[in-house]
Amino acid sequence: MATIFDINLFALFGQLLVGLINGSFYALLALGLAIIFGLLKIINFSQGALYMLGAFAAWIGLNYLGISYWWALVLVPLAVGAFGILMERTLIRPIANEDHLYSLLLTFGIALILQGLFSHGFGSSGLSYPMPEALRGGTRLSFMYLPNYRAWIIVFSLLVCAGTWFMIEKTRLGAYLRAGTENPQLMQAFGINVPLLVTLTYGFGVGLAGLAGVLAAPVYTVSPDMGANILIVVFAIVVIGGMGSIGGAILTGLAMGIVEGLTKYFYPEASNTVIFLVMVLVLMVKPVGLFGKEA
Amino acid sequence: MKLMFKTAAATALIAAAGLAHGSFSDDKVKIGVLTDMGGVYSDITGQGSIEAVQMAVEDFGGQVLGKPIEVVGADTQLKPDIGSTIARQWIESEQVDVINGAVASSVTGAVTKLMSDAGKITLIAAPASHAFTTKGCSPYNAHWSYDVVSLANGTVKPMVDAGKNRWFFITADYGFGHALEAVATGVIEANGGEVVGSVRAPLATTDFSSYILQAQASGADVIALANTGSDMVNALKTAAEFGVTEMAEVAGLLVFTPNAQALDPAIAGGMKLTTGFYWDMDDQTREWSKRYMARMDGKIPSMAQAGAYSSTMHYLKAVEAVGTDESDAVMAKMKEMPVEDFFSRNGYLRIDGRMVHDMLQVRIKNADERSNDNDIFEIEKVIKGEDAFLKLEDGGCEFALNQQ
Repeated sequence: MATIFDINLFALFGQLLVGLINGSFYALLALGLAIIFGLLKIINFSQGALYMLGAFAAWIGLNYLGISYWWALVLVPLAVGAFGILMERTLIRPIANEDHLYSLLLTFGIALILQGLFSHGFGSSGLSYPMPEALRGGTRLSFMYLPNYRAWIIVFSLLVCAGTWFMIEKTRLGAYLRAGTENPQLMQAFGINVPLLVTLTYGFGVGLAGLAGVLAAPVYTVSPDMGANILIVVFAIVVIGGMGSIGGAILTGLAMGIVEGLTKYFYPEASNTVIFLVMVLVLMVKPVGLFGKEA
Repeated sequence: MKLMFKTAAATALIAAAGLAHGSFSDDKVKIGVLTDMGGVYSDITGQGSIEAVQMAVEDFGGQVLGKPIEVVGADTQLKPDIGSTIARQWIESEQVDVINGAVASSVTGAVTKLMSDAGKITLIAAPASHAFTTKGCSPYNAHWSYDVVSLANGTVKPMVDAGKNRWFFITADYGFGHALEAVATGVIEANGGEVVGSVRAPLATTDFSSYILQAQASGADVIALANTGSDMVNALKTAAEFGVTEMAEVAGLLVFTPNAQALDPAIAGGMKLTTGFYWDMDDQTREWSKRYMARMDGKIPSMAQAGAYSSTMHYLKAVEAVGTDESDAVMAKMKEMPVEDFFSRNGYLRIDGRMVHDMLQVRIKNADERSNDNDIFEIEKVIKGEDAFLKLEDGGCEFALNQQ
């Protein structure tokens, strides 16, 4: 086997690939957060709970309504997005002009309520969601066995991330959106319905969390605290990438997945802290984040 | 009817004894149940543990020697400081005589220490660490359902004996995981196997694929999961996904029934594990479990919940027999009487506080073997208590060794 400095290269490649897979999840979740923060200035602490909601919605759809995985990929983000829109209209809107801390506390409270409700209804042990038939099995690469579903996660989430980035940064709709958050009064004067734009953006960002939930359901246990476990990491990623930077969130998500993967190989005990270490370092050197714009 | 019988029996007993020689603090027996109501262990303990203790009290007749029995429950949130604060309040100002709980070895460690100092009994039904009856033992501990040693002896030894010699551990990175790994390693090495590697995964790790790849690269025959709850479930799912299960066997060292239920039979089917109790073992276990399920929305009891009933029942019987709720007298009686009920077979409470009883070696059923959702385990072998648990002389419990 090829080794350098006593490191098994094959094993290292395996870890890199696995890191990339996790990174895709991080990217997808961080993207939703970055959109909501960057465009609406809402610190959405319920993103993790909405990811959990997405996974549960997929599970409930399959077990009670006979909705297959493929339909869930389409319907669940819409449903979670609709839930987000309802949340935005009824709860977040009234405090939109207050300090950011209010929306942080509100969304955190919503997350705890959702988590508690699902824990009460479904128990804390978690549920299992079967792998879709077409994505079972895997491919034996020279350095590792790559399950088809994991490959699918990378491809699919990268497509979604790239599409979203393109839509926001390169299209007319995206331009309206960015302008609307920069100067709402002026956009209003141009005849653009800014409140509607804000609501739809929130719904979209939240829908991304729901989508990540569906993607996660077959590989992780569908459990009420799955969102709480991942949320803090994703927040750290958004901070590292630069609050509100769409492209930054995607790239940092992927990069942090890889950093974490390498840590799991060299020193696993530190794997759940390494991202925060990076965050501290980045904040010390470049407080606005790697891709953040100076204020 | 049963209540009337118990009352009559108790009255007769008091009369025969020429009126009670014993005494009851505050004229009642109060049992505190410390548990996890909303955290990761709430399915295996939680409301179910409180319900089980309540059932024991009702089955006993609601009173002992004419004194009422009360049950109170509280949530420790799996935090040792919260657990010991509640315990202190209970014994100092709320007249709690005995605590049944607490879940997570870390919380139990704090609570048993406090209870021992106060000279009160802790019935330990859920935690895994064997410390409560070895180095950290106390005359007031009664460790009931299982411990890490019985899990390792039950699951690891037969696999090493069957020629599975090379082991790799994926271990939960806190006290329980470390203890389980250490004990299992001892069993492996004593039987001629070797440990080829191990990784410590933080509690509540979402993705186990890195660890699974490392396990795969080690060329081990067995990948042992020294974790539990959703960590165990996630690790096992990932192992199956990465095709590891075709090359190596995966052994779950601590699997509770609700976790086993959460696993896809296509992945978990065939896996062997050790448990202190299975609801569907025989008529006795089914009779109790069905009553429990009727009260718990059809959820099947875990060994921790069944153990909470059994330990409470044994405690109450001892109180009745000695005619007092004074801890030393009750504990002496508990250690004297055999523990024989739906939960415990050939059981007895050893001097060091270990309740030695038969353990079950089970296999998770495949999908086609299951008649319903609750039909999870096939019992393969009953392990005699003496073979399952650590011997008294090997435990290093000082007061017990001195008393012998």
